Amino acid sequence: MSDLEQFRAQTREWLEANCPASQRLPVMEFEDRCWGGTKWCFVNEDQKRWLEVMAERGWTAPDWPAEYGGGGLSKEETKILREEMYRIDARPPLFSMGLSMIGPALLKYGSEELKRQHIPNIVKGKIWWCQGYSEPNYGSDLAGLQTRCEDKGDHFLVNGQKVWTSYAERADWMFCLVRTDPDAVKHAGISLVLFDMTTPGVRTSPIKLISGNSPFCETFLDDVRVEKDQLVGNINQGWELASYLLTHERAMIGNMGHTAASEKSLHQHAIDVAGGLENGQLGDSALRTDIAQWEIDILAFELTQERIDDETKAGTGTGATSSMLKYAGTELNKQRFELLTDIHGQAGLAWEGEAFDDGLLASQWLRTKGNSIEGGTSEIQLNIISKRILGLGQKA
Amino acid sequence: MALVLNEEQTMLKESAQGFLSEHAPVSQLRQLRDERSETGYDKATWQQMVELGWSGILVPEAHGGLAFGHVGMGQVMEENGRTLTASPLLSTAVLATSAINYAGTETQKKALLPAIVDGSLLFALGLDEGPKYRPSLVKATATASGEGYVLNGEKQFVADGHIADKLIVSARTSGDAGDDQGVSLFIVDSVASGVEIERVHLADSRNSAMLRLTHVTLPADARLGEQGGATSLINYLTDVANIHLSAELLGVSQEVFERTVQYMKERSQYGALIGSYQALQHRAAHMFSEIELAKSIVIKAQQALDANDAQLSLLASACKAKVSDVVTLVTNEGVQLHGGIGMTDELDIGFFMKRARVAEQQFGDRRYHLKRFASLQNY
Repeated sequence: MSDLEQFRAQTREWLEANCPASQRLPVMEFEDRCWGGTKWCFVNEDQKRWLEVMAERGWTAPDWPAEYGGGGLSKEETKILREEMYRIDARPPLFSMGLSMIGPALLKYGSEELKRQHIPNIVKGKIWWCQGYSEPNYGSDLAGLQTRCEDKGDHFLVNGQKVWTSYAERADWMFCLVRTDPDAVKHAGISLVLFDMTTPGVRTSPIKLISGNSPFCETFLDDVRVEKDQLVGNINQGWELASYLLTHERAMIGNMGHTAASEKSLHQHAIDVAGGLENGQLGDSALRTDIAQWEIDILAFELTQERIDDETKAGTGTGATSSMLKYAGTELNKQRFELLTDIHGQAGLAWEGEAFDDGLLASQWLRTKGNSIEGGTSEIQLNIISKRILGLGQKA
Repeated sequence: MALVLNEEQTMLKESAQGFLSEHAPVSQLRQLRDERSETGYDKATWQQMVELGWSGILVPEAHGGLAFGHVGMGQVMEENGRTLTASPLLSTAVLATSAINYAGTETQKKALLPAIVDGSLLFALGLDEGPKYRPSLVKATATASGEGYVLNGEKQFVADGHIADKLIVSARTSGDAGDDQGVSLFIVDSVASGVEIERVHLADSRNSAMLRLTHVTLPADARLGEQGGATSLINYLTDVANIHLSAELLGVSQEVFERTVQYMKERSQYGALIGSYQALQHRAAHMFSEIELAKSIVIKAQQALDANDAQLSLLASACKAKVSDVVTLVTNEGVQLHGGIGMTDELDIGFFMKRARVAEQQFGDRRYHLKRFASLQNY
């Protein structure tokens, strides 16, 4: 047996022994997915234990270096772990912006001290990180951001306002883009700093969305003191870091179209809701072809994720594909929920009532509308593809 | 299996690209059309393809071929899509070869495969009896007679029908039109008594023909595969044809897209390159994204064909449906973004659009494959 085969066998055995049954059920509600942090209320003991046993091995961040608490696994081993988790429908033990965004940036750009301070806590799910990027007047045009960060000798002083901060009221720390040089051209005067959300001067206020939920906040920053050692990378290097982080965010958001093994297929939804098949086919033949079209599109999308991974490994990739995947993946996820609500008819639009899961589907459907806005709108992704990949855009 | 080409497949792709762009670019198809060529393909070019080994890519080594597989052949087909090279490659080297590999007796393989490899035999596959692909709607009959059969009926839109030495046609030995069971395939000499072949010209300037079979007598060994049980063979040929047509259409899509983006970098209006306008940039970027999606499903389907994957038919139909969508989009946008010049015969873009539409129809259009995809998943 090769080393990898042995690793797979051991991993399979360990997961079987350690992944609680309740952590293999489909994620239905927000709390089913553990975000960690000091304010997190575990839905049950299983969720807590699953996080702890995985974090102990560093498998919440399997491919991060072991010296900072990560799993220290190779790319191949990480893939095997993911496959084995997928095989038994294991939920990710931890889902956070620490893992998907600031962690990778700290590993690439952070000082040794910053890595030692923050990475182990990210791996263990101790800190909930939120992202301070967008501002009321700087959404797509992010590089125009105006939150000021002044050098006060032994510390920085931050003033401004952020918006669309995910779960800011539950978050422990923020990674925040600030303007450190107001005179430089806009991309060149930005830095990335970290601070505790309990620092005096930080105030959050939730924003109610069309889904009825409030996952996002406005965050007001008034004379917030930030320690100088919480600067990530160099001063005015923030845009490079932000772009690096956005690549990770795009991959994460684009991936939402990906369906888990345990998730019910669209056509199964249609069969169940429409009360079965007529002569082996969905009675609504137009719906049948709409569903087939979507299922083919999502298959092509998932195969494209796979192909791009394989090309990267083989060193033949063309790069700059995260924008394409974000664009395609989010549009497909929106279509999925349009079809799902459509299949369920008016019941799919129910807003309240136990019979309708308290309007869960409708709120999920509405939430997907943000997928093609957050992390750079679809239009921004198309701009990036046009300019960086196709070389369009010179004025004459 | 990794969704990337191996070294040999990459070399074959590069060699096909080099050969076709030099010896058989779109201007060759244009010339064949303008001269109203009798054969509809360039014999010298085909001979060179044979010498390059392309006619034997799918033929087992035991019968003189290269046994290089469908991923390899797919690369040649994709490059053919970029140059619109007219040749018997699909009809003979892909479809007839696959049919004989799948269902032929040892005797048939020995007699026919080496002759395909050396280029001495050309084939055409006739399954349609109408303008839409409905392979079970077979009215043509094969009646047992003595040791063999007598064939009667018609076949429509048979690609390469008028240049083929041998025709592979479906005919019913029992049942009624629409039944899956009761259909057999037969190999018929194109010069046999009772065979009439009438060439038809389609928009793509490639070869197509109508066949009329009147009391064509065949020996028993002219039958390819089981009597009355050709369903699985036809199903397999549907998969093979659509995966290779998809590769060709992927080549068409990429070529039209690249030419269009190039034009956007050359053409100025209102004092600026049209490629600097966001309304057009986004349309180009959308096409880029769609072509990337198509590439992945094409290579996956090709690998499934080589591996005889249980999901083969599902992937073949997904592949043709997706690629048809993409090539329709890209050829339409190709004309539109070229503007007035895109409507002229002088520009090649129209050739690509015309070929795309014919290939989209062959062996099932996108709706046919959407429905097949749904049926294969029992909904």
